[in-house]
Amino acid sequence: MQWQLILDSLPLYVEGIRTTVVLLAISLLSSFVLAVPLAVARVSGNPWISRTVWFYTYVLRGTPLLVQLFILYHGLAQFEAVRESAAWVLLKNAWFCAWLAFTLNSTAYTTEIFAGALKATNHGEIEAARSYGLSGFTLYRRILLPSALRRALPQYSNEVVGLMHATAIASTVTLVDITRVARDVYANNLLVTESFGVAAAIYFVFTFTLVGIFKLLERRFLRHLHSQQTLSKPKTTPTPLATPHANPNY
Amino acid sequence: MLYGYLPAILEGLGLTLRVSALSLAIACVFGLMGAAAKLSGSRAARWSAEVYTTLIRGMPELVLMLLIFYGGQIGINMLAELQGWDYIEVPPFLAGVLTIGFIFGAYLTETFRGAILAVPKGQAEAALAFAMPRRLVWWRIVLPQMVRHAIPGFANNWLIMIKASALVSIIGLDDMVHRAGLAAASTRAPFTFYVAVALIYLALTSVSIFALSRLEARFSLGVKKVQF
Repeated sequence: MQWQLILDSLPLYVEGIRTTVVLLAISLLSSFVLAVPLAVARVSGNPWISRTVWFYTYVLRGTPLLVQLFILYHGLAQFEAVRESAAWVLLKNAWFCAWLAFTLNSTAYTTEIFAGALKATNHGEIEAARSYGLSGFTLYRRILLPSALRRALPQYSNEVVGLMHATAIASTVTLVDITRVARDVYANNLLVTESFGVAAAIYFVFTFTLVGIFKLLERRFLRHLHSQQTLSKPKTTPTPLATPHANPNY
Repeated sequence: MLYGYLPAILEGLGLTLRVSALSLAIACVFGLMGAAAKLSGSRAARWSAEVYTTLIRGMPELVLMLLIFYGGQIGINMLAELQGWDYIEVPPFLAGVLTIGFIFGAYLTETFRGAILAVPKGQAEAALAFAMPRRLVWWRIVLPQMVRHAIPGFANNWLIMIKASALVSIIGLDDMVHRAGLAAASTRAPFTFYVAVALIYLALTSVSIFALSRLEARFSLGVKKVQF
């Protein structure tokens, strides 16, 4: 173990951490914003709307993220029209392509998670809300979404951890994230522990930080379930940890 | 079709399928061992299985792949040096398959553990009461019944594994994605090739979903469905 080498490459890792964190944060934010309306569309009674959203999530969930990223970053340059267009300033940028690929991919998984939670709504809740005269947008905003998003928390935390792990793929398109730094350090020194070992340790800490944050969120937002559980059976539920892109509706 | 690169891409598909299938077999072995260790009475076994699954699930597949691919090579040669053997070159195919199998073994450990716990305890107890040897109880009573509970998790992991196999192109395996990259570079048509590869992946996952849902139906024969 060469501690000096790790110490020397520390500034590089800090830069890498910054890239990973920023990429994760902006991708999570945009995919959340997109996934909520898409989940509502996914459970829509109109088959045209729900099928369209299903098709989107099916295609995005059925292909590797690496290939999706390559289509955006390497692929689009094939077309003269794209290269001439105003959007080319963005599309030739690795940051933009990575953000777009992660957002589109994560939106697909998140939509299915939220839609699953929406479908699990107790029928009585909707009846009660309807009898109070709530409908349409208000019904979703006041009744359906608050409870569905809470129910989705445990699965959503898996998706967040999965996406954090997936950001490592950004290292293939010139972005200098944690993984890229590790690959560079390895290429220069041919020492595995000092490069990939350090990266693995950083990701490991990140994973458990995220898991911890979601545990706190669950304690806050799922308190009603927690108290019920302790009444009936004092049993600790194991938090399901990070199945990358696991999806119940495979 | 595809500027004449279709056969080359399909050859790459062969490698992708071989990698996925072999990794799945290895992952099943690791998964069953992990599940057995987690449910065993030995504290050491439980602990090592816990460390295995926690470590693996805490980091990205790509980093683990690079770590095991390069680290394994160096580790084996350090061992070889100690023993006075010649330099051993680990073939990338073997390294890739072992790595993916090892990683997904950790995920399957959880799937199998849950599935084994879902088999009613009385089943194994009854078999033991008939003086059936422990090994046979596992083989004839517990394993066949846990399959039904394991299929959904197993299916998920298989789908993730097919997609994760795309990552072996990064450690230098000549799979579909790698072939597409080469073809794209010489024809200047990257979009065509990457979309073609994406469609092949989509076909693979679609066929898998269909086959696995049939398998689940087969193993759930005689299980009453809940009627709402």
